[in-house]
Amino acid sequence: MRSEKAFRNILKISAVITTLLVILIFITLVLHSVPAIKKTGLSFILNKTWDPVQDEFGALPFIIGTLLTSVIALVICIPFSISISLILGEYFKSGIISGVIKGLVELLAGIPSIVYGFWGLFVLVPVIRNIQSEMDVIPYGVGILTSSLILAVMILPYSASIGCEVIRMVPGDLKEAASSLGANKFEVITNIVIPYSKSGIIAGIFLALGRALGETMAVTMVIGNSNFIPKNIFSPGNTMASVIANEFTEATGAVYLSALVEIGLVLFIITAIINYFGKKVIQHFEIKK
Amino acid sequence: MDFEKISDKVLIVEDFSASYGSKEVLSNINAYFLRNKVTAIMGPSGCGKTTLIRCINRLHELTEDTKVKGDIYLDYQNVFYMNPMILRRKIGMVFQRPNPFPTMSIYENVLAGYRLNGIKLTRREKEEIVENSLLKAGLWEEVKDCLHKKGNFLSGGQQQRLCIARALAVEPEILLLDEPTSALDPKASAKIEELIGELKETVTIIMVTHNIAQAARISDYTAFIYLGELIEFGLSEKLFTTPEDKRTEEYLTGKFG
Amino acid sequence: MTTKYFIEKKSKLIFRIIKDKVFAAFLLLLAVIAVIPLFFILYYLAKQGIASINIEFFLQLPRPVGETGGGISNALIGTFLLILFSVLFSFPIGVLTGVYLSENREGKISSAAKLSIDILQGIPSIVIGIIAYIWLVKPFGRFSGFSGSFALALLMIPIIAKSTEETLKMIPYSLKEASYALGIPYYRTILKVILPTGTSGILTGLLLGIARVAGETATLLFTAFGNPFMNLNIFKPVNSIPLMIFNYATSPYPEWHKLAWGASFVLVIFILTLNLVSKWILKKFQIKF
Repeated sequence: MRSEKAFRNILKISAVITTLLVILIFITLVLHSVPAIKKTGLSFILNKTWDPVQDEFGALPFIIGTLLTSVIALVICIPFSISISLILGEYFKSGIISGVIKGLVELLAGIPSIVYGFWGLFVLVPVIRNIQSEMDVIPYGVGILTSSLILAVMILPYSASIGCEVIRMVPGDLKEAASSLGANKFEVITNIVIPYSKSGIIAGIFLALGRALGETMAVTMVIGNSNFIPKNIFSPGNTMASVIANEFTEATGAVYLSALVEIGLVLFIITAIINYFGKKVIQHFEIKK
Repeated sequence: MDFEKISDKVLIVEDFSASYGSKEVLSNINAYFLRNKVTAIMGPSGCGKTTLIRCINRLHELTEDTKVKGDIYLDYQNVFYMNPMILRRKIGMVFQRPNPFPTMSIYENVLAGYRLNGIKLTRREKEEIVENSLLKAGLWEEVKDCLHKKGNFLSGGQQQRLCIARALAVEPEILLLDEPTSALDPKASAKIEELIGELKETVTIIMVTHNIAQAARISDYTAFIYLGELIEFGLSEKLFTTPEDKRTEEYLTGKFG
Repeated sequence: MTTKYFIEKKSKLIFRIIKDKVFAAFLLLLAVIAVIPLFFILYYLAKQGIASINIEFFLQLPRPVGETGGGISNALIGTFLLILFSVLFSFPIGVLTGVYLSENREGKISSAAKLSIDILQGIPSIVIGIIAYIWLVKPFGRFSGFSGSFALALLMIPIIAKSTEETLKMIPYSLKEASYALGIPYYRTILKVILPTGTSGILTGLLLGIARVAGETATLLFTAFGNPFMNLNIFKPVNSIPLMIFNYATSPYPEWHKLAWGASFVLVIFILTLNLVSKWILKKFQIKF
């Protein structure tokens, strides 16, 4: 009987530890952000100057850099990810074509961020640089657009697999009812499948956005690491994650380090909210089915 | 049964077989269905009766890895040479589980066939179609004040009648009913059965059921399918009172199924 | 019966059919375009990577700038150490949390733990790096493989917990009842009946977790930090393959780029192999119910 109870307690303690870890992570981030919050207050997210030498910490350039790269990546990614979702969820549910596409998408998901960054730096950046020279803009090569392109490829497998999952949850008898009224596949998809799975697809897009916001290495390597607000999509910039990666080990001074932790805190809060609501919507779908 | 006029055979099934993967679920079926009559297809579950009606409107082929052999004629036109979009509009279908489109209102559900086929209608035409179809399905009085609400607050029986209205709205020649009352309570079932009796004035009805009593109550003709074979087919009065085949008799007396 | 409203011209029908086909072709085209970057990346990796791989590459230490040749043996050993310790941290707690969640589907602790796992999984890895730095680097005053392993463990816990939970949930309740009926107590039922039945699923989760962290760089930047020498002491800075790729890829020396390509190739092959093996295990050893 005693071992019985001990066993149950061990299980419970593990679950509690997992929960505590997340709570402690949050508390740690908050506590270590305090010096920066005290010094900068709200201007942290409104000030556009990040100058550690002058002890001035405005994270606006990174917030804008993060939003720009992530949103552009999402816009590039969405048509492709919806196509893959529909191909795997509606057209080829099994068989060779489905297997090949699924396998390739999984391969994309398996390549680590650092390799994407490395490849981007040595292959994509020169290509973009050439295009920029042709267009008569300053040929940085690195920058917002380059990062967005890499990010788009990186989040594709994630958003496509959520999309596919959601689309497969559309009840078969609704699709059959539409077919039995004379609708072809295109009409079934646009009139039944998409409206039914809309909220799930949007949730999937948001979850993918969460991924893009926090993606670090690949972006750090191709964004150009400039601490100014990017003038256009070809400009170099920095994201919240990339500035942490670049400056954390070099940060001298309590406020400097604290300011970087505060950026981490902002990232934590944003991604936690996105994940919470995104997963909620998807779960709602599973129950509905 | 040669007393029926040739022109009354609205649907003819000839040497017809169907399979899922390597498993043959229907073998060599020969049957015909008469205009403005109710024909019941009965048999134990898994006998292939649902597959038969899913082949009539070619829904069967939408499932992966399925095959068919033989011919089905609608008004003496081979359905396998017709465009499925046209065919399916001429043959309405109502499913086992009531399945109104959850993203559309009652009004939009009735008009779904037009919307799905991209047919433009004037507001007056739309209203006329909605009212007529809901009247035919016996649902008008119950929903006329909440046409623009989503259909999910309706009872199961009402939802099923909404599905019937949706199928009738595109004015099909044949209405396929796949065990339409199996998910409903007895009262709602009775109402659907009553409705089927009225509907045969305007449309040919083919209904799959595993409920012997129901087949006996509402059908003019009955086909009995067992293990993928058509065992017996004829006037309901005759089939239920003096079946020719021993297996039919055993099924009717509850020896199996 | 004459149709009153359902009038459709033949030309319109043909248009609908064409639209349907064009739509399908368009989706397939987008899906194909979406996986093209994969081939570019794999092609580059194979071309550049294989060229720089030889026996020396696996056995030697990196050489100083200017000398040719050298290898990545310290990074290989380092990655092995980091993964080993991260598994030691994350596997027990992940599995036990997973068991708790599958055994207690309702309740406050369960829903809190579930939420925590979702949030933990969504936290950007760079933020996890900050946490490991604050908890395990700062107090001891030096970077260490230990802190890196801890950070990787935080990334693995949700993956292992989730796959354990999902695997065990699939096991029918009747199996447990059968065990109870034999008079076997709860903890023995879990340990001797339920967990062994779910072994393949749990193992798959572990392998996927390793695949996830094997390419992880951002978390290690200010924890394991990297080390140009061979180091087997987990409490000192440790090199890892991704860290090495990052440092070498962003260096100006072609010789180091070559090593980085080779390391990238090895890393990708390792991760893909893990993915394939986990799939194979799932297929081969999964018990169907």
